[in-house]
Amino acid sequence: MPQFTDLFFYALAGLTLLFGFLTVLNPLSRSPVTSAMFLVLTILCMAGLFVLLHAFFLAAVQILVYAGAVMVVFLFVIMLLDLKADQRRHFNKIAVGLGGLSTLAIAGTLVASIVKTIPVSQTAGRLAEGETKALGRLLFESHILPFEILSVLLLVAMVGAILITKKDLR
Amino acid sequence: MEAINYLNPTAQMIIFSALKIGVVFGVVMTAVAYAVLVERKVSAWIQNRVGPNRTAPFFINYLPVIGPLLVRLGIFQPAADGLKFLLKEDFTPSYVRKVYFWLAPAITVIPALLTVAVIPFGSNLGSEKMVIADLNVGILYTFGIVSLGVYGIVLAGYGSNSKYPFLGSIRSTAQMISYEIAMGMSVIPIFILTESLNLSDIIRYQAENGWMIFKQPLAFVIFLIASFAETNRLPFDLPESESELVGGYHTEYSSMKFALFFLGEYANMIASAAMMVTLFLGGWTLPFIDALNLPASSLLLGLIHIGVFFAKMAFFMIVFIWVRWMLPRFRYDQLMDLGWRRFIPLALANIVVTALVVALFNN
Repeated sequence: MPQFTDLFFYALAGLTLLFGFLTVLNPLSRSPVTSAMFLVLTILCMAGLFVLLHAFFLAAVQILVYAGAVMVVFLFVIMLLDLKADQRRHFNKIAVGLGGLSTLAIAGTLVASIVKTIPVSQTAGRLAEGETKALGRLLFESHILPFEILSVLLLVAMVGAILITKKDLR
Repeated sequence: MEAINYLNPTAQMIIFSALKIGVVFGVVMTAVAYAVLVERKVSAWIQNRVGPNRTAPFFINYLPVIGPLLVRLGIFQPAADGLKFLLKEDFTPSYVRKVYFWLAPAITVIPALLTVAVIPFGSNLGSEKMVIADLNVGILYTFGIVSLGVYGIVLAGYGSNSKYPFLGSIRSTAQMISYEIAMGMSVIPIFILTESLNLSDIIRYQAENGWMIFKQPLAFVIFLIASFAETNRLPFDLPESESELVGGYHTEYSSMKFALFFLGEYANMIASAAMMVTLFLGGWTLPFIDALNLPASSLLLGLIHIGVFFAKMAFFMIVFIWVRWMLPRFRYDQLMDLGWRRFIPLALANIVVTALVVALFNN
C-alpha cells in the first residue's frame, strides 16, 4: 500500500519539522524543559521515519540512545541548573554568532549530501541477511577504522568530563 | 467465523491484531489489579496478618461455601480499590506546572503497556502467532520503550514544583539510567549465543539448546536485580522512599492520577517478568515434553502454552512481591556503587567471556 506509507511519511515529516521548530522557538513557553520535551518528540518522529524506511534497528537505537538516555540527561541537567527567567532572556552576541555559523555549516553539509546522493532507494529494498547483521558487518568490516576512532573519541570525552568534575586531582 | 476466510490478508491482519491488542490490554489490566491484591495478601502473610478479607458484593450471600471463601481471599478487593481511586477527590495544588503535572501519570503508564507488544506469550492459536508485533529488533524495542518510562517520573517531579517530588525524580533519573546500562549489557551475551534480536528466535533457541538461565546465570542475576531498580521496587525504591522524601515523585498526586503511577509500577513489573521469562526461562516452552517444546499443533496445546507462560510470569511477580517485604531499602550511594562498580564490570566481563567461548568452540 504505497499511499498509506506516503501519508505516514508526510505526517511524520511535518510533525518532525513542527516539533523541531517548537524546540527552538516556542511562542507559548520559554522554559528550557519544554524545549527539551519537544526535542524528544522530534526524535520520536524521526524514529518513525526510520521505521518507514524499514530501518527498524536504527529506529530502536534512535529511541534508546537519544530519547531514552541523552535527552533524559539533558533534562536532568536543565532541572538542576534551574535558570532564572532573566538569565534566559539574556542573549550573548558571540554565542548567537557562533550558533548561526555552525547552523550554516550543518545546513551546507546537509544540502551538499542531498545533492550528491545518487537515489538508489528504488532498488535497495530489504536486505536478505537481516539489517542488524548487515549493519554490524558494515561497521566492523569495511568501516572499522572510523568506528574505532569514534569510540576512542567518545572515551576521551568521557575521561575529560570526569577530569573536569574532579576539583582537586591530587 | 467462515466469513473471515474471504477477507484479504491485510484486513485479517488488522482484525487479528486489534483482537490481540484488546485481549492483552484487558489481561494486563486485570493482572495489575490482582497483582495489587497478591501484594497485599503476601505482605500480610509475611507480617503475620490476615490481609483484605471483608469486601463482599451483595450477591455473595446467595453462594454457599464458595462465596465466603472468595471474600476471605479478597477476590473482590481490587474492584473496591479501583472504585475508591475513581471516587476520591482529585486535588491539584495551586503551585504545580499544570501541563506536566497532568502529562506525567499518562507518560508513566503508556511505555509500560507498549512493552508487552513484542512479547510472545504463546506459540500459536490456529495459524495466528501469539505475539502482537513479531519485530526483528524485539529486545531493542523493549529497551527503547522502557527507557522512555523515565520521563513520567522526571516530569512528575518537575511538574509538582515542590522539593520532595523534585528530589525523588532526580534520584530516579540517575538510578534508572545507571541500571539501564547494566541491564542492557547483561543481555548482550544472549544475542551472542542466539545470533538474533527477535524474541521468538530466542525462545526457539532455548527450546533447542536449554534455557538461558542455566547458560547465562550471571546475566540472569544482573537482569533480575536491575529490573528491581528499573521498576522502582524495594530494595531500590529510593525515588519514593517514605522515610526521607514523604512519597517521592508522587507526593503531590491524588485520586486517579496517583492510581496511574501505581498502575504504571505494576504494569512495569509485569513487563519485566514477561521479559525475564522470555529471555531466560524459555518463554512458553517446557523442556523434556516435545508437545510443549514445539509450536502448538492444536488449539488446546496453544492454550496450554499461554498457561505455561503465565505461570512462569506469576512466579516472577511473586518474587518481586516477596523481595519487597523481606529486604530493607538500600542507601543511595550503595545503590549507585552496586550499579556502576559491580554490575557494569561484571556484565562487561560476561560479554567478553561469552564471546571468547563462542569464538573458540564454535569454529
